[in-house]
Amino acid sequence: MDLPSTELPDAPSAGAAEPTPTKASALPFSEIAPPPPAPAEADPEPKPLPRPFAERSTGHAADRIFRLLTGACACSVAGLILVAIFYMVHGSIPAFRNHGLGAILSPIWDPTNQKYGALTFLYGTAYTSLIGMAIALPLGVLTAVALVEILPRKLSKAISLAVELLAAIPSVLLGLWGIFTLVPLVRAFEVYIYKSPLGLRKFPLFSGAPMGVGFLAAGVLLAIMALPFILSVTREVLLQVPTAQREAAYALGATRWQSISKFILPYSWKGIFGAGLLGLARVLGETMAVTMVIGNTPQIKASLFASGYTLASVIANEFTEAPSDLAISALISLGLILLVVSILLNGAARLMLLYLGNSSGAPRGSK
Amino acid sequence: MLACKDLKIEFDRKPVLKGVSLTFPPRKISAIIGPSGCGKSTLLRAFNRMHDLTRGAKVTGSVTLNDREIYADDEDPVLIRRRIGMVFQKPNPFPTLSIFENAIAGLRLSGVRDKNALKEAAEQALTDAALWDEVKDRLKSNPTTLSGGQQQRLCIARALAVDPEVLLMDEPCSALDPIATAKIEELMFRLRERLTLVIVTHNMQQAARASDRTAFLWMGELVEADDTEVIFTSPKKSMTEDYITGRFG
Amino acid sequence: MIRGHQLRKIRGRCMEAVCLLAALVAVLPLFAFLWHLAAKGASSLSPALFTHLPMPPGEAGGGMKNAILGSLLVVGTATVAGIPLGIGAAIFMTEFARPTVASVLRFACDVLSGIPSIVMGLLAYEIVVVPLHHFSAFSGSVALAFIMLPVVVITTQEMLHLVPHSLREAGHALGIPTWRIAASITLRAAAPGVLTGMILAVSRIAGETAPMLFTAFGNPFLSLDPKAPISTLPHMIFNYAISPYDDWHRLAWGGALILVLGILGATLLSRFILWWHQRSLNS
Repeated sequence: MDLPSTELPDAPSAGAAEPTPTKASALPFSEIAPPPPAPAEADPEPKPLPRPFAERSTGHAADRIFRLLTGACACSVAGLILVAIFYMVHGSIPAFRNHGLGAILSPIWDPTNQKYGALTFLYGTAYTSLIGMAIALPLGVLTAVALVEILPRKLSKAISLAVELLAAIPSVLLGLWGIFTLVPLVRAFEVYIYKSPLGLRKFPLFSGAPMGVGFLAAGVLLAIMALPFILSVTREVLLQVPTAQREAAYALGATRWQSISKFILPYSWKGIFGAGLLGLARVLGETMAVTMVIGNTPQIKASLFASGYTLASVIANEFTEAPSDLAISALISLGLILLVVSILLNGAARLMLLYLGNSSGAPRGSK
Repeated sequence: MLACKDLKIEFDRKPVLKGVSLTFPPRKISAIIGPSGCGKSTLLRAFNRMHDLTRGAKVTGSVTLNDREIYADDEDPVLIRRRIGMVFQKPNPFPTLSIFENAIAGLRLSGVRDKNALKEAAEQALTDAALWDEVKDRLKSNPTTLSGGQQQRLCIARALAVDPEVLLMDEPCSALDPIATAKIEELMFRLRERLTLVIVTHNMQQAARASDRTAFLWMGELVEADDTEVIFTSPKKSMTEDYITGRFG
Repeated sequence: MIRGHQLRKIRGRCMEAVCLLAALVAVLPLFAFLWHLAAKGASSLSPALFTHLPMPPGEAGGGMKNAILGSLLVVGTATVAGIPLGIGAAIFMTEFARPTVASVLRFACDVLSGIPSIVMGLLAYEIVVVPLHHFSAFSGSVALAFIMLPVVVITTQEMLHLVPHSLREAGHALGIPTWRIAASITLRAAAPGVLTGMILAVSRIAGETAPMLFTAFGNPFLSLDPKAPISTLPHMIFNYAISPYDDWHRLAWGGALILVLGILGATLLSRFILWWHQRSLNS
């Protein structure tokens, strides 16, 4: 730590016009707030500073400038949300003026003929996300239970590392893997169902030709992408359950599974729900991997085998080839839908995790 | 009768209890006293096999309930814990369950489903814990609305509902005010008629007034164990006398 | 009652087995991915990827030189803008802002980090591409900077938060002005974690494709002009992957291997930095 020699208490520091008494070291001790008292239980969160030191600032010109500069950085980052909303709305206005919000709900998308119905994309986004979450949420929660409650620590760490690394893989590479590895697997599975003597292919869920690409493949990829988020948040939530609760359950003679299922999981359900929302928010806007395996057909079909199209995919595929400015504006309006939904979902999930981290209702620090 | 013989406990190779042998006579209150860190809670937790849940804990020696070794390979710790209950230092009712459900939580875990049996058991347990009159009109409310002393009595009720033979109490009053403490001590006297109670306390006055037998632990070793009256009026070891009179600890 | 207990034990064990099975399934995708990546990418990994430009389909011996350099340029530019801005914002949030303001800002960053990258691409399109009337590497950098900012802010803020109170107090007690404390003492103490956060943010945007589709747009030729369209590695991988040519598929896997080695390398590097710093603190 290099302390400039001119900053010693008795020497005026460079650039200061104020006399010595205003320097931080000369503040009366009563002004310096004591550190907050230690909480009764071990608190994994770092303690918050009592009051930001800079509020009692020295009045240094350099301090003010620095504060302004960093404040400008902070404003610009936070303002980005407003900028995003503004520009997306602005870009969507031509589309809204042309065909209004209602037309978005039409299932016909044909820009060359002025048709801008987005229902198929809304359906596709919702359906693939549903499949993804239906796979990832139970898988993530059960895995988190295994890691926190059952497996030894070293193995737990290794497994959670393996799943976290999944989150580092770019979407396009998962899509690449999806095209050449997953889709053939899904296709084999679909063929199996198709040929099943139980006549499963008569069910709407399994109807249609088994091509591999489609909702199911996209759903599986989304599950792979949502899993790390769900796992890490659920793990944290489970680790937050106070030891006292676990001990109380065991002391009553609960088996390990009873204590997990009847006490630990119910205690953590709010956090798990928040994890689910976060995972959902993540997969709704997923573009590349989905685009590569969903078949890119705007249609509404119930079958897992069918091809579909999502909001993000249609933007990705058609933006650069849009036949008119109006079509571009329509695509931007689809982006606006994605923006609004992601803000709402993320906002709700974060608020939930912030204020209702566990059933005791005790507020946790921001995380 | 609960007893231990030559009980040694290590955490991560560090010895915490160095060979303790004690017997706890049935239907009496036995207190374990000693300075902080002497191993009292560790000793207590050995009796309901709570150390099974701690990584790095090693328990050697013998602990018997009615002459049956509770650490035998074919003994299920879950069943042991139903016969030897525990109340903790800080009240820990389950916040996701109502007062009623907290009381019968142990019964539910054992598979009891009959609604009438559960209601009766809850009322009995809450009465035994001297809490029934205070909560009978709000059995469905959340236990976090109760005061500290009431929560602790709820935890006692919860432990009593499974009808244990022994109740282990780990400094049950240290988080409570004197009036709540008095209520719990009164409760202990009544429970003594049907249960064996073992209480760990750092409060010597409590041990002196509330127990029949007292054991004094120091640095993981048993110094002296005798009738409470003897320990507090004419202890045999000088270390005991020093501790009692407050010369250390 | 004992038989009921046996049943409960068995049920409990079964459910625990299900959890363990879940953990096994959760680990599979990573290994499946890495396995196929290694198998298919290893054969196409060669220096030619780095030295040659793309060839038209059917002609052998193409490379991804323009995309690799393009990625370096676009990501580098975004980093140069995003990191200082992000660190500045984080310093403001931890050292100067009132707690309420800080939590609002943090909330905003959390929400920002959840916005789909394609929307950020659209944003950069509206802000840069439309006024300039053409696609450019610069607009790609802008999109990536938007994506990178919240990540940098959040990780830096958390690392700064971990710096003990006493360090700042010591600085004040010595009469050091607040700004100096923040910049020289606090930030330096948090440096390893902040560095890690930066590495992770960079590796995250290095793999982004969707925003590039209509900002950087792609370019089959080698171009390092920020005002012109440029090719980036993930974008090229995407184009090759969805093409019908086997040659290009092989190249796509080769490019994928390069990208993954870079990203995994960065992730492991960041963990190494943290571990090494922890070790030097303890010794």
